[in-house]
Amino acid sequence: MNRSGWHRLGTTRRTIAATVVVLLTSACNRGILDPVGPVASAEKQILINSTAIMLAIIIPTMIATVVFAWWFRRGNTKAKYRPEWEYSGAIEMVVWSVPALTVMLLGGIAWIGSHDLEPSKPLKSANPPLKVDVVSLDWKWLFIYPDQGVATVNQLVVPAGTPVSFRLTSATVWNSFFVPQMGSMIYTMPRMTTRLNLQADRPGVYNGLSSHFSGDGFPGMQFQVQALPPDQFAMWAQGARGSSLKLDGAGYSALSRPSSYVKPMTYGAVAPGLFDAIVADRVPPGPVPPGEHNQPVNGTKA
Amino acid sequence: MTAGTEAPAIGLTHMSSEDTGLGNRGPQSKSIVVPYGFWLFVLSDMVLFSALFATYASLVNATDGGPVTSQLFDRTTVAIETLALLISSFICGLAIIAAKRKNMLWTQMALFLTGLFGFVFLVLELTEFAGMIAIGAGPQRSAFLSSFFTLVGCHGAHVTCGLLWLGTMMAQIWAKGFQQHIMRRLLCFSIFWHALDIIWVAIFTIVYLIGTLP
Amino acid sequence: MNLFGRLTWDAIPFNQPIPLITSLVVLIAIAGIAIWVTVKGWWPYLWNEYITSTDHKRIGIMYIVLALVMLVRGFADAIMMRAQQALAIGASQGYLPPEHYNQIFSAHGTIMIFFVAMPFVIGFMNFVVPLQLGVRDVAFPTMNNASFWLTASGVLLVNLSLFLGEFARTGWLAFPPLSEKAFSPGVGVDYYLVALQISGVGTLLTAVNFVTTILKTRAPGMSYLRMPIFCWTALASNLLILAAFPVLTVTLGLLMLDRYLGFHFFTNDGGGNSMLYMNLIWVWGHPEVYILVLPAFGIYSEVAATFSGKPLFGYRSMVFATLAICIISFCVWLHHFFTMGAGADVNAVFGIASMVIAVPTGVKIYNWLFTMFGGRVRFNVPMYYLIGFMLTFVIGGLTGVLLAIPPVDFVVHNSLFLVAHFHQVIIGGVVFAIMAGYTYWFPKAFGFMLDERLGKAIFWCWFIGFHLAFMPLYVLGFWGATRRMQHIPDPTWAPWLDVAFVGAAIIGLGIVLTVVQLVYSIRTRDQRRDVTGDPWDGRTLEWLTLSPPPHYNFAVLPDVHGEEAYWTRKQTAIKLDQLIEEPKYQAIEMPVNTPTGVIVAFFASLCGFAIIWYIWWLAILGLIGAFAVFVWYAWRDEHEHIIPVDEVRTNARERRRIRMEHLHELSQST
Repeated sequence: MNRSGWHRLGTTRRTIAATVVVLLTSACNRGILDPVGPVASAEKQILINSTAIMLAIIIPTMIATVVFAWWFRRGNTKAKYRPEWEYSGAIEMVVWSVPALTVMLLGGIAWIGSHDLEPSKPLKSANPPLKVDVVSLDWKWLFIYPDQGVATVNQLVVPAGTPVSFRLTSATVWNSFFVPQMGSMIYTMPRMTTRLNLQADRPGVYNGLSSHFSGDGFPGMQFQVQALPPDQFAMWAQGARGSSLKLDGAGYSALSRPSSYVKPMTYGAVAPGLFDAIVADRVPPGPVPPGEHNQPVNGTKA
Repeated sequence: MTAGTEAPAIGLTHMSSEDTGLGNRGPQSKSIVVPYGFWLFVLSDMVLFSALFATYASLVNATDGGPVTSQLFDRTTVAIETLALLISSFICGLAIIAAKRKNMLWTQMALFLTGLFGFVFLVLELTEFAGMIAIGAGPQRSAFLSSFFTLVGCHGAHVTCGLLWLGTMMAQIWAKGFQQHIMRRLLCFSIFWHALDIIWVAIFTIVYLIGTLP
Repeated sequence: MNLFGRLTWDAIPFNQPIPLITSLVVLIAIAGIAIWVTVKGWWPYLWNEYITSTDHKRIGIMYIVLALVMLVRGFADAIMMRAQQALAIGASQGYLPPEHYNQIFSAHGTIMIFFVAMPFVIGFMNFVVPLQLGVRDVAFPTMNNASFWLTASGVLLVNLSLFLGEFARTGWLAFPPLSEKAFSPGVGVDYYLVALQISGVGTLLTAVNFVTTILKTRAPGMSYLRMPIFCWTALASNLLILAAFPVLTVTLGLLMLDRYLGFHFFTNDGGGNSMLYMNLIWVWGHPEVYILVLPAFGIYSEVAATFSGKPLFGYRSMVFATLAICIISFCVWLHHFFTMGAGADVNAVFGIASMVIAVPTGVKIYNWLFTMFGGRVRFNVPMYYLIGFMLTFVIGGLTGVLLAIPPVDFVVHNSLFLVAHFHQVIIGGVVFAIMAGYTYWFPKAFGFMLDERLGKAIFWCWFIGFHLAFMPLYVLGFWGATRRMQHIPDPTWAPWLDVAFVGAAIIGLGIVLTVVQLVYSIRTRDQRRDVTGDPWDGRTLEWLTLSPPPHYNFAVLPDVHGEEAYWTRKQTAIKLDQLIEEPKYQAIEMPVNTPTGVIVAFFASLCGFAIIWYIWWLAILGLIGAFAVFVWYAWRDEHEHIIPVDEVRTNARERRRIRMEHLHELSQST
């Protein structure tokens, strides 16, 4: 255990003292419980509705469990002992129909929800969607903006109130692209393209991550989503084009070397067709000696 | 040989397993239990092959620019292979009949021929494999070829194990004669051998016939 | 060519203190036990009565001992993970580097499922099923012994990875392409694959054995609908093994071909398809959950009926529900990857199919509920676990149905919410049942009861510890915390992770108390003898015979006249105040002991080890050895030994005398 570890143990008491405060202030406005877009809101609503429907069945069951067990305890002389009672058609009918009806209801929710919130389905909006191509690398995220001709690493900038249409792939192993406050995650898989449509309604900074384990640098695959007001987004894109970094063959090769906890970067220019080339395996990730992938990470720390 | 002379199942002897009139007469005799268990094993083997078939079906077009089915398979060779295996199975059936009559010579001869035709099948299969590898269509070439070699090779591995088993059985029958437990094993072997035929028929159809459709 | 493949001195983790010290401690402990056994002269006893035994009860006990030992190992991994996550927050990287942390969570999952839960469940089936069926052994006793030793061989290899090389760093299901040679070139994944292949063969043979036993060898009169519910669940579970484990064998086999021979099933290049692995592994993986939980449901059913003093409510409906779960469990695998982008229709169909499983499961909960209704509930330890399970499992079911709704899964998939869910159903469902079954059948196995007070303390440790450890993970899952994080990015998660750590520590206390309970109960066994063979006022046939039962279980196979064979018989006897007429005893034929299993497993381990380290000559030697054992075994002539009728009669009369005394007590009390 290293020194900072011991240090943290030392501060545990203070941490516990602060726990109550933290819990109260942060319990209800985080992650998927604090949606910032239509997808995440709808998903949260389904989550809450389904939980409520099930709790209506489960809470009485839990109470009945405790009550039955206690009332029919051996010491209770008031409880009637019926040692032969083992079947009741009426009760059987009820115990089969209650879960069946619940599941029918929830099945309807699942069916409708699956179709409404299918990740590849474009979102309804007056604004044309922003296109972003996402590539998961060892161990960072590359975001290519084909229409703007720029790219970023570990930082996704989107206009608020505008749908974002993602195409996603991976240059190495599987990952999963996930911005909890914006909703649905989706796998990024090598040689394959998945599609996802999300939207952030309010400007702000939201955490994103990989939610599918991808090797030793995996915890360092956090990124940030900046949702800017549309005019500011245009300004940002303009400024990004001024960046001196170029994502050409050499730039991509350098980027694809394994590293973790990579600081956000912006590329002012992107080789055209890079995303499709990655999907088709025409630009193999940089010359990674075999074995380096799943090795201890010496990457820079943010 | 009748059920009445059958030794009771290991450790399960009721010693008076007459009908109790209760719908179930107690533990079954070994001549029922042993093949039943072996059948279950064969069923699990079928599941194993069905997973391999599923793999083949989903990768058959993943040729990665390499050769495709119609360029590789030769119906004639495969037809001869199939014939060899079917004859082997048929003779295996004759071997069981000979063994039930406790005829050592005919049993041994039939078992030998069973093995011989199995061996012929195996040689033909290996020749086919070698030919494919020689033209650069080995299992490392593409996902399709990986799945082809694995599916067909797994069947071939089963045949090889069967031949080892068969050799052991022949030696055992020679040394110990037609004892009850050896007869049970022989029955299990024949179940195994016929099951491999069934799997081969599926391979023949799904891999070779469909693969060489114009 | 190197004689030892890629095995060099570098394989020993000299520079990593944690595994090095652990391995030294383990080695010293093993050496210590070996010396102790030698000094005491127990080897012949162990060899004859356990290691080579074909007695299903002894094999069952060995499975459970193996599972208990591995529970300690798996728990050590768990507490290290919880400690790491509680420490490695913000600026701190904790005490485990990623390459070590990743091995730990992979080992934790692999060990807990394959080498704790499975051996426990199979151990109970071994011990209980033949007794409940009223027969003397399983259908294939020698194969049963071999199954156990093959499982033990897998255990050996997994633990060997601690001090030779490394374990997989890819998670407990080793998803490619991460687990492919290009991304995981070390021996870790090979240890994982080989160990699971060997133990998988053992598991498959167990299933063949038990399906045959249950379908073909039952006491006279025991028709299907008179089988105890635990036997039904064991049947369902073994049918699932029979249909699911071959798929696991294929899946892992294909990955091995990729890794060893350069095939292209799941690779990124050559047209490989990693989604195929995901599908195949879950075609096995989802039924696996029910392989574990159905026998657990069986245990709860036995406990509910026994301790409520009345028959199981809705027996037939329970049987139907069990078989329904058995079948539907093969139609839901895709719910493990809704986020792969399969499309709305596919997702919705599999989501709804997954929910449908909740119907028979819900029915089971209600049936246990109504088993208590009108009963005389005795609050012994197993009953605590039943009620704890019912309260815990319904929440686990709720979160499970949530995960089955694709749009909800889109935001909680792979999160700590998922981790909390499956621990809730595995701990709340399977582990509680294991602890209940352990307490319930312990006196049958050893002839004395476990300490009740400590037993209740252990229950509370598990119950409270579980909720403290996993409820916070639901919350963190809602906050977007994903699983398998060696480092926690958000400092505000710290309090919840601290609580989770405390919860895990309380579970640890429960495990320590389990050992204490065992030692204490053994030392005070003379005060806690079960002389009657029926300490819980049981209802099924295992309580008919003495505790511990004789090698042959029953002097005469019982005739079964109803759903609750023993209960009916007992009530008649109490009413008449006499036992059934003494039957005519006969000599009994029992299978002889055999070292075949342990020798085959030895060669399998050798071969497996050689494959992991690329020592090809040794691998071939191992295969030849295994084949030689097979032939040698086939050549033996003596299969059974006879227990003389005098011995049977003497033992049976002694049992009748004890039973008679007990019967007088019962008759007078009613």
